[in-house]
Amino acid sequence: MDWSSVLIDGLLATIGPITAAYAVSAIGLNLQFGYAGLLNFGHVAFMLVGAYGMGIAANFGAPLWLGIIIGILAAMALGLLLGIPTLRLRADYLAITTIAAAEAIRLLVRSSWAQPLTNGVFGIQGFAGPFFALNPFPAAELYGFGDFVVTGRKLWVMIVGWTVVALMTLLIARLIHSPWGRVLKAIREDEDATTSLGKNVFAYKLQALMIGGGIAGVAGILLALEQQNVTPDAYLPKITFILYVIVILGGAGTILGPIVGAVVFQFMFFTIDALMVNAQANISWVGDLLTPAAAGQVKLVFVGIGMMLLMIYRPQGILGNREEVLIDER
Amino acid sequence: MSRRARFAWFWLATIAIVVMTPLASIAAGESIGGTLIQKIDDEKVPVEGVTITVTQDGTEIGSGTSGADGKWQVPVDDAGIYQVRLETSTLPDGVGLTDPDKAELSEVKVREGQAKKVIFPLGEATVSTVSTYSRVGALFIAGLKLGAIIALSAVGLSLVFGVTGLVNFAHAEMVTLGAVAAYFFHASPTGPQWPLVVAIVPAVLVGAAFGWLQERALWRPLRNRQTGLVAMMVVSIGLSFAARYLFLIFFGGEPRAYPDFAGQPPFELFGIAMVPKQLATIVISLIVLAGVGLFLQRSRSGTAMRAVSDDTDLAESSGINVNRIILITWILAGGLAALGGVFFGLNEAVQWDMGFKLLLLIFAAVVLGGLGTAYGAMLGGFVVGVAVEMSTLVFPNELKAAVGLVVLIIMLLIKPQGLLGSKERIG
Repeated sequence: MDWSSVLIDGLLATIGPITAAYAVSAIGLNLQFGYAGLLNFGHVAFMLVGAYGMGIAANFGAPLWLGIIIGILAAMALGLLLGIPTLRLRADYLAITTIAAAEAIRLLVRSSWAQPLTNGVFGIQGFAGPFFALNPFPAAELYGFGDFVVTGRKLWVMIVGWTVVALMTLLIARLIHSPWGRVLKAIREDEDATTSLGKNVFAYKLQALMIGGGIAGVAGILLALEQQNVTPDAYLPKITFILYVIVILGGAGTILGPIVGAVVFQFMFFTIDALMVNAQANISWVGDLLTPAAAGQVKLVFVGIGMMLLMIYRPQGILGNREEVLIDER
Repeated sequence: MSRRARFAWFWLATIAIVVMTPLASIAAGESIGGTLIQKIDDEKVPVEGVTITVTQDGTEIGSGTSGADGKWQVPVDDAGIYQVRLETSTLPDGVGLTDPDKAELSEVKVREGQAKKVIFPLGEATVSTVSTYSRVGALFIAGLKLGAIIALSAVGLSLVFGVTGLVNFAHAEMVTLGAVAAYFFHASPTGPQWPLVVAIVPAVLVGAAFGWLQERALWRPLRNRQTGLVAMMVVSIGLSFAARYLFLIFFGGEPRAYPDFAGQPPFELFGIAMVPKQLATIVISLIVLAGVGLFLQRSRSGTAMRAVSDDTDLAESSGINVNRIILITWILAGGLAALGGVFFGLNEAVQWDMGFKLLLLIFAAVVLGGLGTAYGAMLGGFVVGVAVEMSTLVFPNELKAAVGLVVLIIMLLIKPQGLLGSKERIG
């Protein structure tokens, strides 16, 4: 096994467009979970709705920029739809409803019933042309040094992706350091006290859910542009839990946490995968125990275990403040 | 083979499998093909002499006839979208499509160089004229069966919530564990290969033991560390995720049926066709649930469980050993979920993410009945099961999950404490 190529592939994946999209989505989840204390277990649904909003709009002939706006608005509308029945109730009702909604929405868009609109399991293609038409780099040219190279096409997606990450981080920094952000953190710390100050807790939570959802919609759109298609099975429930690990790992309730979390997570995810696939092929007892396909799933078991261990032993993650993240019973 | 009148109950009994045409046989060029196989009980019988026509926008591209091995192939000129029609008149006597609407596949997409495989699920020819009465009746029975499975699984979730305040997102994996454990004891080549009725017992014990282990190794230490409920829910979803992928790794991704009771012939009662195992699921579940009710009402532990559920501090100060009651609740929840899982696997199939698929309906049931109430979860389970199955009268099958979600959201909007819940629990 060639370790330097594994390392280079790992680093390329770490700075790649998928990581950028995950970082954007994690920024949205961080606003909901880290700052507002909302348990959204269906974050991937917002990404799906954002991507489908854009794809369907493009299918109806809308220009790409309009499709992107529609996608973001659709994701925010989902936040409104899920927030209204649940945010007046205790935290678990939101968690129950969002985890249920994420699967139900995915099954809905892939059903033959919705096929006229969503094209079912085949998904929607052919909307990304205008995006790649803006690419100033020749698509097939290689950029970088040595073996550490990316195509011009990928470089373009990466630049756009990480620019969006920076913009969203600035947006969150502005929001959190505004009076609105302080109220949000106050709600997380003590909901009753905030209510007694005359703040409309429900409205603040709803706004946080919608803004976080809109940001996730942007992430879904980024993923769709990178893949040049929107298919229902690109938005599996596991993405939500990967995002939770990213947010907690980086530090829930910190501005830079989602970015640090996404980069560190992607590198570890890739390395564990490479190690497992290598072990499966070269170590006989591992090879006897696991099929090659199963070895590829081991990394996801680590995601789950990582989520538990982080939440138990280091809930503040890499950057967080322990006092702030000991989210209380509500 | 004896010709029994079979109705719409095809799953497991009559599934056709299409084996991909070996890639070697098509050196280059696009084609559409497949293998027509009728599955009767456990036997796979190739179906010969059936004509399949491929058209594109009304123009016939070609046609093929299945050979003695059931294989057929139609070469096409280009990548694109084609319509593929199975000529039902050429089907041999006694062979029919399991879904008569699927004789023509209108959008078969062939990519460049691809040997596209398509599936025509074949079963035994059906009596096509099913009256509305028998259809509604059959769906009602199916709904009760699904409801029984949901109720068994949901009671434990609700009880655990009652005594600890935790919504355990890993509950779904306890359902899967029961089904997988029963599969191990019943059908695994490395297992003891007991009959299913025997294998249920160790499966339920494994589930109960897992409930015990969770409480002792995870939840009690976390409570002692004063971990908040939100953090505990995140831990439970991490556990659920890890467990689910462990099932995928060690059980594999394919759905598997229990060999016992597979392909049971249906019988008719009051003009409604039903399968014995459906009925057994409903009856046994009702007995078990009644037992749970009796336990909660009459036994000391059950009464204590309700007391802890109502007010933990008050229960503790009146001399109830709260930790012991919580432990009993986890054991009970694990066992019931495992039993629900075995029934789920019996009626559908055992699969690594079966519990997660059921989770939405379990949540709908629990919220409908009232989070934290055992009887509410039972009632909610049956209501959701029947509602979801009945919805297929109007909506396509694929939208079952969406129907469950709609039930959940409507209930939260109009009566968030649920049918049997009390108001102070929700706020």
